[in-house]
Amino acid sequence: MIDRSLIGKTYPPFYSEVTEEKIRLFAKAIGETNPIHFLIESARKEGYPSLLAPLTFLTTVSYEQEDPYKYLKDLNIELGQFLHANQEYTYFSPVCAGDRIKMESKLSDLFDKRGGRLQFLVFRSTYTNQDKVIVAKSKSTLVVR
Amino acid sequence: MPDWDYSIAEIGDQLPPLTLRPINQDDLVLYANASGDQNPIHINQNFAKKSGLPNVIAHGMLIMSYLGRLLTNFIPQSSIKNFTVQFSNMTHLNQQVICTGKVLEKDSIDGKEVVTISLKVEDLQGDKKIIGQAIINSDL
Repeated sequence: MIDRSLIGKTYPPFYSEVTEEKIRLFAKAIGETNPIHFLIESARKEGYPSLLAPLTFLTTVSYEQEDPYKYLKDLNIELGQFLHANQEYTYFSPVCAGDRIKMESKLSDLFDKRGGRLQFLVFRSTYTNQDKVIVAKSKSTLVVR
Repeated sequence: MPDWDYSIAEIGDQLPPLTLRPINQDDLVLYANASGDQNPIHINQNFAKKSGLPNVIAHGMLIMSYLGRLLTNFIPQSSIKNFTVQFSNMTHLNQQVICTGKVLEKDSIDGKEVVTISLKVEDLQGDKKIIGQAIINSDL
């Protein structure tokens, strides 16, 4: 059973440089073909300063950490034991190549279902760029099986 | 680009569906490298089996990303204000998924048009992988 007193736990901020290479590779991996993710001229034509990050790109930020699953290991949750249950993004401003994104996360809720057999962990993150503009917020819910 | 315009769409109108090819191991390795999500449940068959699965499973975020493509195929990305999904079932190797969406609500808030689109990803047998929604507002 996960300790409910951990609700509200915050994690140290993490910084990520958004590069053209990361955007192109991510766009390719999801099968995206829109040139605003690949060609600077196309992105500029649409009014973006450089390559535009796809809608789900911010998922990459947390995985750049040295041990991206440390936050789960700290809760005694092993790889292979949890699944992604929900994901929400709210967007405020575009993320483009050249941005430096600060991710700030916290464990915002813990609850269980089916008499404790399924435990849910809710993480909320805020993403802020180098101009101190909040570009997006996310809410990720994991279920431990 | 778009031959489907959300701003004139009516409630119930469907986006042209996006059908993917069957998921293969290379797709998952490429996504693992691009996203950084190297959880072996997605790329290591032995690990997946030890975890009680028939084989590796697709990253939920890859399937959500396909759904994102359905949206941005027809809607300018800067107009998409919220994108929320619930993962219902795992997507297994060799499964082929189809992404669909339809206009659920249209509201006018302070003279601005807000469109809510309901979203779904299912395989060809109709097994639901994702349900979700997106909120579109061109003027915010």
